[in-house]
Amino acid sequence: MGVEIDIRNLTKSFGNQLIWGDVTLTVPAGEICVMLGPSGTGKSVLLKTIIGLLKPDRGEVVIEGVDIASCPERELYEIRKLFGVLFQDGAMFGSMNLYDNIAFPLREHTKKSESEIREIVMEKLDLTGLLGTEDKLPGEISGGMRKRAGLARALVLDPEIVLFDEPDSGLDPVRTSFLNQLIVDLNAQIDATFLIVTHDINTARTVPDNIGLLYHKHLAMFGPREMLLSSEEPVVRQFLNAQVVGPIGMSEEKDADELEAEKDMELPPLPPIPLQLEPSNGQPRRSQREPGAWCEENGVTPPPGSFEENMTMTTGS
Amino acid sequence: MASLTASRVLQPIGTSGKLFAFFLDVCRQLFRRPFQLREFIQQAWFIASVTIVPTALVAIPFGAVIALQVGGLIKQFGAQSFTGSASVLAVVQQAAPIGTALLIAGAGGSAIAADLGARKIREELDAMMVLGIDPIQRLVVPRVLACMLIAVFLNGMVSVVGVAGGYVFNVGLQGGTPGAYIASFTALAQLPDLWVGMLKALIFGLLAAIVASYMGMNAGGGPKGVGDAVNQSVVITFVLLFIVNFVVSAIYLQIVPPKTG
Repeated sequence: MGVEIDIRNLTKSFGNQLIWGDVTLTVPAGEICVMLGPSGTGKSVLLKTIIGLLKPDRGEVVIEGVDIASCPERELYEIRKLFGVLFQDGAMFGSMNLYDNIAFPLREHTKKSESEIREIVMEKLDLTGLLGTEDKLPGEISGGMRKRAGLARALVLDPEIVLFDEPDSGLDPVRTSFLNQLIVDLNAQIDATFLIVTHDINTARTVPDNIGLLYHKHLAMFGPREMLLSSEEPVVRQFLNAQVVGPIGMSEEKDADELEAEKDMELPPLPPIPLQLEPSNGQPRRSQREPGAWCEENGVTPPPGSFEENMTMTTGS
Repeated sequence: MASLTASRVLQPIGTSGKLFAFFLDVCRQLFRRPFQLREFIQQAWFIASVTIVPTALVAIPFGAVIALQVGGLIKQFGAQSFTGSASVLAVVQQAAPIGTALLIAGAGGSAIAADLGARKIREELDAMMVLGIDPIQRLVVPRVLACMLIAVFLNGMVSVVGVAGGYVFNVGLQGGTPGAYIASFTALAQLPDLWVGMLKALIFGLLAAIVASYMGMNAGGGPKGVGDAVNQSVVITFVLLFIVNFVVSAIYLQIVPPKTG
């Protein structure tokens, strides 16, 4: 049914360098969330902290009443069985073929017979479009296939929470669209909590129910997609619309001079909010809301042209 | 600046502390079931396959050098009948464990460090932890045990090959008599010498595997990080093994009085 992830006052630094501080958010059960942020803002670090691979300096990550940040190792290994994680490069075990890779969690954690395992593995391979490649070694397939194989492995234990570390990096636009559709379909099918870390704007605009933005060592905003997509907040607006004008600079944040120079520049109007991707079978997901519902409830007028069928997906400009 | 210098000076102490903590982790995971028998056998086979031939090739000249050196010296004392005994003593007690250590660290340890380092930078170890499997229990423990087992076997092999090499050189080149060489085996050497040699090999295997695994699992920063990890693991292991060899030998010589012919 999906499990809620409750993150409170999380702070992490490496040495003297603060990565992010006081991150507080609740990833709602069964919903799709996207965590955005410019490169190098510690999105992957956040993901690794949520699964307990990195220990935060302060704060808690509570899942089913257990604090990942402080619980003993044994408990941590137990709670991790709720997770499925897709790593950036798939992180397949190089010495095993795809079939053994995907069967690995089942062989380790369940007492299923080989024929049952075969059934599950084949089902997941089919789901990710990898049938026929099960005898290949991870080194012999393309990056996109490795990623999909990583997804198949993340799904075999029927996780309650699925974390994606940049599912779209290094994939072509068509494969990215397929993967996004797959993510939405999967969420409809297994009702798990999805948290996607990415900086692909198109994914962020169309896939999730909620969006968060990490910027300048803190969580700038987290909320329903329509809240962020209609937000006038400079950072959110700049990032979600991929614009040059705004507080984010090339290397870090811009300095005072640059901001001063931009002060009188006219911000381009907010682009219309696109419709959310729907599961391919047409059945709405449990956590899906009516287009425009949030805007209506909160008295926000969405940008003109929002929520229309067949609208252009172009952002920015 | 002062704190930077301090942290740099104290860094090796921190590393040895972490290494020891890692060793304790491995000890704890040693008793966790299920034992990874398959991995253990595979690793043992792998380490044996990369070390047997070089070990034999190292052992022959080792035995020969000792035979030539000791043989020449002993001739001047007129105690040629003890050549065999001296050779056995030197090979079994010192040369065999040291030769084993060099090859276990150089061939086996570097392979372990490279393997685990590559897995680390490809995020395989992270993935394993996330799948609820402890890489120490799953990967490190079988490697440590395999390394220890193979070290003891290699030690036996170096002993046999070394003594045989010594025999060939003594009898063939120095005109020693075969009977005297073999008959004097037990004149100075005794059974505890064999035990201590095996114990040393066991400890060396353990250390080499622990250091290599630790370095590999803490590799960072891409392929270069793996290379550095392998390099450091070999250097650290060598230094550590020679120190441990000295300590164990010193203690042994205190506890077990040398046999007087």
